[in-house]
Amino acid sequence: MTLSKIWVFAEATDGKVSSTTLEILTKARELSGTVEAIYVGGDADAVAAVLGAHGATAIHSTGDIGSALPGVPVAAAIADAVASAGAPDAILFATSYAGRDIAGRLSVKLDQPVLTNCVDLVLDGDSLSVVEPVFGGTTDVTTKAVGSGPAIILLRPKSFVAEESGGAAAAVSTIAVPDTGAAGAAKIIERHVEERQGPQLEDAAVVVSGGRGLGEAEKYQMIEDLAKLLHAAPGASRAIVDAGWVPYSYQVGQTGKVVKPTVYIAAGISGATQHMVGMKGSKNIIAINKDAEAPIFSISDLGIVGDVNKVIPALIEALKARG
Amino acid sequence: MDLAADRLPAKNDEMNVVVCVKQIPDPADPGAMDPETKTLKRDGKLILDESDSYGVEMALQLVDTAGGGEVTLVSMAPNSEVSGLRTALAMGAAKAILISDPSLQGSDALSTAKVLAAAIKRVEGADLVLTATESSDGYTGTVPEQIAGLLDLPSVTFAKSIAVDGSTVKVQRQTEAGYDDVECPLPAVVSVTAGVVEPRYPSFKGIMAAKSKPVDEVTVADLGLDASSVGWAGARQEITSIAAAPSRQAGEVVEDDGTGFEKIVAYLDNLKVI
Repeated sequence: MTLSKIWVFAEATDGKVSSTTLEILTKARELSGTVEAIYVGGDADAVAAVLGAHGATAIHSTGDIGSALPGVPVAAAIADAVASAGAPDAILFATSYAGRDIAGRLSVKLDQPVLTNCVDLVLDGDSLSVVEPVFGGTTDVTTKAVGSGPAIILLRPKSFVAEESGGAAAAVSTIAVPDTGAAGAAKIIERHVEERQGPQLEDAAVVVSGGRGLGEAEKYQMIEDLAKLLHAAPGASRAIVDAGWVPYSYQVGQTGKVVKPTVYIAAGISGATQHMVGMKGSKNIIAINKDAEAPIFSISDLGIVGDVNKVIPALIEALKARG
Repeated sequence: MDLAADRLPAKNDEMNVVVCVKQIPDPADPGAMDPETKTLKRDGKLILDESDSYGVEMALQLVDTAGGGEVTLVSMAPNSEVSGLRTALAMGAAKAILISDPSLQGSDALSTAKVLAAAIKRVEGADLVLTATESSDGYTGTVPEQIAGLLDLPSVTFAKSIAVDGSTVKVQRQTEAGYDDVECPLPAVVSVTAGVVEPRYPSFKGIMAAKSKPVDEVTVADLGLDASSVGWAGARQEITSIAAAPSRQAGEVVEDDGTGFEKIVAYLDNLKVI
């Protein structure tokens, strides 16, 4: 048995479709006879080939929504499309800023729950279940949507591997954005881009993350230095992001980025649930922590029980000496 | 709360803020699932979710800046739990509404939002509703938008900073790339990113004062909600299994004797990363 229709909320930046969108499309076509994309932006034609190549046969595009935050207008457009075009079995979103906002608003519009933090989709007959990791990924909870309308599902990045289907460019059609009045009045006035050097956290082959064990904000420079030597992306635990040592864009974990690099180095990170969910898919994990009982050691391939403020400088010197 | 879109703009000299707060099991204690009910166990003592302390602090600062008004807390918790509320009241919130009702057990995020939205409507003259971006125990992250949707209010999620200018709230909103300056008319719902302000420690005077601050405890029926739309009865998602995830094997763990870095170099070398 397969589902008959799934909609996937497709996201792109400057015409480049997000990798999570392609991952979700790949999974969706395994589950459903028809996969269609929902898209926001004036350039749906430009992404039609990529979305089609990953399994979407149609794109329902809202067109350009100007400076509006997407949650309210896009959820309203999707709800109208569900009413007019027929409800899909499921509407899938990436766990992203836009995805969470739209899914939350849509949930109220359709009076359907949102299944969140999902890392897998399982079909049992024609009933769709989702898998959500809890307690730092040590436990998997499987949940079935039992409502009558479409299941609204938020999926975590890197849950699936994107593969092309060889499909033709998706056919683009327009879905109207209704007037949402004052509720839709939040407007973006100006965008600010924070410069980051080196590889992107999500794409880097090596990630070096620091945590509370560093002791103080100034010590994070060691992490940056080590990352540079390894051509790695620097990351951080939520604890030091919350403490204001580094910007949120550095955060690896449940709330931040999900990373699956070849090597992940956790320096002074004890391994809170929040963090482990974001990095336990790494191929190799090296942990340095002074507490031998730290949970991070239960998932690391190499664990060094010691002071990061001694081990990291020594490591940096050794790497520099190799040239 | 007058939620009509044509309500009078907020007066600059008064700012009334509602903060939704969750009382959760102490994250320092390992969590557990109840095998019977398949939900997180919440039978121990609950504390104020640290994620919510940032919203409480921001709300207090906004009221201070406006020069008047007050902060009202709204919380849904089992067993008439108030210990987390007392912490936020000790920080300076004026009063609280607590929704505690056995029928709420098993509520999903949408049902929770319905309960919180109904409670928020009871607050007179609220200009702004603040929430965390997600709780530290359930972390669905959908409740802020669901509350806003149910109240038909505009919203901004992931706020790094909030300033009120007349009837407009100006927010720096976290994004993938950095942040956006966003403007939104009041009343509005804004979710606050953790770590963006330093939550004040309750003073001794604050702690003493909090003991006598009003906590209005209400039931589902008091809010005019149908008990069948919340809790187990209203949840449209069913947990079918709880299983151990495929686990990683712990590898070699060595005590650093000053040469631990060499182990790391050898490991990286072996992977041809260096």
